[in-house]
Amino acid sequence: MSYFDDNRRARVDELLTLYPRVRSAMLPLLHLVQEQDGYLTDEGMGEVARLTNTTIAEVRGTASFYDMFHLEPVGRYVVGICTNIACMLVGGDELLEHATRTLGCPVGGTSEDGLFTLEETECLADCDIAPVVQINHRYVRTTTPDTFDQVAEDLRAGRRGEEIPPHGTLIRVRRSGGLRADHDEIIAERATAKSAREARSSQESK
Amino acid sequence: MATLDAPLIVTSRREFDDSFTLERYVTTGGYVALKKALTMFPEAVASEVDTASLLGRGGAGFPAGRKWSMLRKSPISYLVVNGDESEPATFKDHYLIERDPHQLIEGVIIAAYALQVSQAFIFLRGEFALGLERVQQAVNDAYAHGALGPKIFGSAFSLDLVVHPGAGAYICGEETSLIEALEGKRGFPRIKPPFFPAVTGLYGEPTVVNNIETLSNLPWIVNNGGAAFAALGGGRSTGTRLFALAGRVKNPGVFEIEMVKNTFRDLIYDPRLGGGILGDRAIKAIIPGGVSAPWFGPELLDLPLGQDEVAEKGSMLGSGSIVVMDETSCAVRATWRIVKFFSRESCGQCTPCREGSGWLERVLYRLEHGGGRVEDLDLLLDLSDNISPGLTWPPQQTTICVLGPSIPSSINSAITMFKDEFLEHVHHGGCPHD
Repeated sequence: MSYFDDNRRARVDELLTLYPRVRSAMLPLLHLVQEQDGYLTDEGMGEVARLTNTTIAEVRGTASFYDMFHLEPVGRYVVGICTNIACMLVGGDELLEHATRTLGCPVGGTSEDGLFTLEETECLADCDIAPVVQINHRYVRTTTPDTFDQVAEDLRAGRRGEEIPPHGTLIRVRRSGGLRADHDEIIAERATAKSAREARSSQESK
Repeated sequence: MATLDAPLIVTSRREFDDSFTLERYVTTGGYVALKKALTMFPEAVASEVDTASLLGRGGAGFPAGRKWSMLRKSPISYLVVNGDESEPATFKDHYLIERDPHQLIEGVIIAAYALQVSQAFIFLRGEFALGLERVQQAVNDAYAHGALGPKIFGSAFSLDLVVHPGAGAYICGEETSLIEALEGKRGFPRIKPPFFPAVTGLYGEPTVVNNIETLSNLPWIVNNGGAAFAALGGGRSTGTRLFALAGRVKNPGVFEIEMVKNTFRDLIYDPRLGGGILGDRAIKAIIPGGVSAPWFGPELLDLPLGQDEVAEKGSMLGSGSIVVMDETSCAVRATWRIVKFFSRESCGQCTPCREGSGWLERVLYRLEHGGGRVEDLDLLLDLSDNISPGLTWPPQQTTICVLGPSIPSSINSAITMFKDEFLEHVHHGGCPHD
């Protein structure tokens, strides 16, 4: 029984061959776990440990360093509102405060219906449309309480599915196959280029 | 009025809605520079970048050509692109990533060719979901176009390019931390020396790390020559640069302008750029170069936007971000929020940064929210001095990386410039602006 479902199995296999060392696939694999389960389940982290030749403690220790990884269940939509300097100056705190009432959960909490988790984020690098709101890491570009409420209502009514897909920042990222250049060939090529370069520089120094 | 007659080097496709597609890219001169570069010797390409005097656009402003030439003597294993843009109020790489991914990719391939590297990685902030999609799609299209993979455009040069997602950590913008994250670990900055990943980089091998905007300049430099690039700007600050303008301005955004030829005032007030201050209020302070930088008062608005010009006045152009505060903005609140950010993002390895940032944040919190004391001002400076002795600029360092020493900048600036406002918070029992 494989942990990853069929849809993700091929992407996992690809990730494992993408890097010179397999542990480098750690963060993208964890993104896939979160995409599949909504958060980092023990089962998912165990599978990542197996795939990257690490222990589950190393996987958890790595994952817990990063803000995007949830070690506990979260709502279907994780709403992040920035209050860092550029957003603070134009009402980020006020929008965050407003969002606790609209979504029915405190900052860092999840609404009772399991639909929303609200987070206060650091700068999301979109400061010209501030305060910045991301939902499942999609920029929503709503800066006023009124438009924010409209987005929340749309999500409650099941709209905006295309614009704001479920968890997983890589959910629509696909690498098309057959891309890696043959490694031995590259090494031979480099050796030729290097000796040519050396010949050129020794000629220059003469 | 701002001087805007310089060519647009990295935002030339800004009028097109489909600027991120291969089709638009190739019909607007895309991948021509790469074909030209492939007919040159690799060291000739590197030499053009040297001639351009292209300063790194990530924050430290180190000359890209020199970063490369330190390495050219020994073979380099990897090229890593730093797309972890997380410095507060910096959003210019985000623009290039979403809007012109092929320009970035062409720059990466040119750099890889100059360095004779066959494996490159683009590390993108995990929060850039759309950016990740666009860059990966562009990479896929570049492979199909023959610009990536084996024997690029029929030459003897091959390159594999991997798009790698981060997972949310400011510190991963620090290049050794980014490398740790790319190795699948916690993003802990590495102890220096060795000072550059050039010596011990990814998997312990020589690695070059360059910023998104830095590499996005390369296609233009190869097409037009390093000398044409160096003819723009002035002094050490050559070419154009992206400035991310945010805060209390009418028209915040990313603007490409020639270095040195324009001032802070031009950028903030020109109707084609920032358009002035919200409600036509007066400027209280600006933060140039990201929140690690010391603040400027309105008396420095006529300072040219150049790396050395800003450094001479005791701050930095850094990441190209400029935050504007007006007379309604609270200096204590701004300082508190910046320090809270550092406190959250401290990786925790070094005691002065890990503990100091939290202490500072709590003292600033009580000043802003009531409960502050007059002696808190000295306390803040004393704690800051323990993180960065002497509170000099550039800062002294007691920590592995520069995150810690960046914390005191805003505290020192705010207390120096707005001491009365801090005292008002003490006497008022909280923020008088609320």
